[in-house]
Amino acid sequence: MAERLIELRDISKSYGQVYALGGVNLSVDRGEVVGLIGDNGAGKSTLIKILSGVVRPTSGEILIRGKPVTGWSAARSRDAGIETVFQDRALAVQQTIVRNIFMGRELTGWFGWLKVGKEIEEASRLMREIGFTSKVFTPQSIVGQLSGGERQGVAIARAIYKQADLIILDEPTTALSLTETAKVFHFVRQVRASGRSILFIGHNIHHVFDIADRFVVLDRGKVALTADRSQVKAAEDLINFMEDVAHPGGLPGLHDAGDAEQRAR
Amino acid sequence: MSKTIEPDLHEPSAGISRPGNPRKEWKHPSDHRMRGFILDNRAALGTLAVFVVMMTVFMIANPTVFTTWYLYSSVLTTLPVALFVVVPLVFVVTCGEIDLSFPATMGFASWVFALVVQAGYDPFLGIAAAIATGTLLGFLVGSLVVYGGLSSLIATLGMNFLLRGLIQIINEGRSTALTSLADSWAYKIFSSQLYGIPVQIFWAIGFVVLSALLYNRHRFGAQVKVVGDNPDSAQQMGIDVKRVRVKVFVFVGIGAAIAGTFSVMINFTWWPTAGDGYLLPVLASVFVGGTPTWGGVGTVVGGAIGAVTVSFIQTGVVAAGLSGFYVQFFNGLIIILSLLGHKWNQARYR
Repeated sequence: MAERLIELRDISKSYGQVYALGGVNLSVDRGEVVGLIGDNGAGKSTLIKILSGVVRPTSGEILIRGKPVTGWSAARSRDAGIETVFQDRALAVQQTIVRNIFMGRELTGWFGWLKVGKEIEEASRLMREIGFTSKVFTPQSIVGQLSGGERQGVAIARAIYKQADLIILDEPTTALSLTETAKVFHFVRQVRASGRSILFIGHNIHHVFDIADRFVVLDRGKVALTADRSQVKAAEDLINFMEDVAHPGGLPGLHDAGDAEQRAR
Repeated sequence: MSKTIEPDLHEPSAGISRPGNPRKEWKHPSDHRMRGFILDNRAALGTLAVFVVMMTVFMIANPTVFTTWYLYSSVLTTLPVALFVVVPLVFVVTCGEIDLSFPATMGFASWVFALVVQAGYDPFLGIAAAIATGTLLGFLVGSLVVYGGLSSLIATLGMNFLLRGLIQIINEGRSTALTSLADSWAYKIFSSQLYGIPVQIFWAIGFVVLSALLYNRHRFGAQVKVVGDNPDSAQQMGIDVKRVRVKVFVFVGIGAAIAGTFSVMINFTWWPTAGDGYLLPVLASVFVGGTPTWGGVGTVVGGAIGAVTVSFIQTGVVAAGLSGFYVQFFNGLIIILSLLGHKWNQARYR
C-alpha cells in the first residue's frame, strides 16, 4: 500500500458555540487524487484551513507520514510538503509567469540580483512537468494574457516548486468553461503522474468525479461518505447520495443548508 | 446532464517536450529579438517617440537656435536634479503609492548639506549628512503611510507642508550662500564641466542605469512590482509587504537628498524654497514616461525620457520663438497627448 502522507483523526473545530467540523477522519496517500465534495457550509473551507495550518483544530489528531504532530501551523504545514492553491488564485496578473512562480522566493545571486536565466529555466521545467506548455506563451508571458485554466496552471506550477508532496486545490474549476476545466484536469493528472498527491475540492460533482481516485463527501461538518472510484459507477450515484444526505426522506426544504453548521453537533 | 467531459481530447499537449529539444517548444512570435525588445519596452519607446516628435516641431519652428550648445547645456544642468527624484518615484507609483513630500525632503536634506558646509566641514561630509537626512525622512514618511495606515496621497502632501513649514519657521526666509563650494573637490566631481558637458548628467545617467537594473533585475524591483500588482498575493507568498512599501519611500528620500544637494551646488546658494518648483514637473515626468497610475508596472527608462521631455518643453517653447506665456499650455498639451498615447499603447490586465 502506498505511503500515507497525511491523516486527520477525529478533527473537530468550533467557533464559539458553532461547530464547523465535528469529528472528521480524512487521509491522503502518496500519488492519490482525493476529491472532497460538499455543499456550501459543509465545512470544506475550514478543513482546508486546518490542512494548510492557517486554523488549528479544537480537538483531534494530525499525523504526517504516520507520525502525530504537535504545534501545527502554516509553517509546519509547508515543511510537511503541503501547498495550497487558494480559490482566488492569488496571482499578480500584470507580471510574467516566471515572476509569479518565484514570488517571494526569487532566485538571487550577489546582493539580491536576480538569476533571470536560471529562473526561466526552472520555470520551464516546472511547467513541462505539469504539461503546461503551449506554442502561444512562454515563461515570460504576462499572466493577464492567459485563460482561466492556464492561470490555474501557473498557480499549480508555483505550488509544486519546492517539492510539495500534497497540493490542495480549492475549487480550481469553479467559474471555468469545459475546455478550461479540461486543462486543469490535465495538469492535475501530470502532477499525480509525478508521484504527488492532490486534494481536489469542489462542489460540482461532475468536475470532481472525472479526476478523483477516491471521494470524500462532507456534510454539515462530518464525513458522510468515503468511496473508492471503483465503488462508484457514475456521478449520478454521488448526486443521489448527496441529495439523500441533504434531504432525508425526500422532503426538500426541511433542512436549510444555511443552518448546517449549527446543526453539525 | 451526464458525464460528458472528455478531458484528454482537449488537453493542451501540443507543445509537450521532446527530451532533446527543450527550448524549441517556446518558439513564439516575440522570440524575434527586435519584436521582443519593442514589446517589452513599448511604454519607454512611446515616450521616446513623443520626445522626438516634440523636438522636431520645435526645431522646424526655429532651426538655428537648436544648433547652439548653450541651449542643451542649460537643460543638462537642471535635468539631473529632476532625474534623481523621477526615478525613485517610478518605484513608488509601481508599488501603488504616491509621494508628494519629496520637494520638502529636497529642501530639508540640502539645508543639512548647507549647514555642514557653512560650518566649515568638507562638502563630502555634507553630502553624506544630506543623504542620511533624506533616508531618515523617507523612512518617517513611509512609516507614517504604511504603519499608520494612511492614504499616501494625503499623508505625503501633509508631510510636504509640515517639513517645509519647519524649514520656514527656523530660517524665516533667509538663504545660505556657500561661496567656499567652488574650490572644493566635491564641486569638481559633482558639479563642474567635462569637455563642456555639465558633469551632473553623467551621475544622473549612472543613477538611471543602476535604478533600471534594480527595477528589472533585482529582488527589490520584482517585489515592488508584485506588491503593487496584488498585495494580498504577495503577502500570502511570504513577502513582507509593509517593509517593501516603506523601502520605496526611503528610496525617494535618498533620491531627493541627492537632488537637493545637486541643486544647491549649481547655485552655490541654499534657499528655504529649495525643491518646491520640482513637485509638478517631476510628477508629470513619471506619467509622461509611461508608468500607469494603477500600480504593478512601470518603466524607469521611460520616466527618465519623460523627465527629458518635460525639461525641454520650457526651453523649446522659448527657443522656438514663442513667448513664455505658451509654456504652461505646451506642458499640458504634452501631458495629455502622452497619456492618450500610453492608454492606446498599453493594455491593462486584470
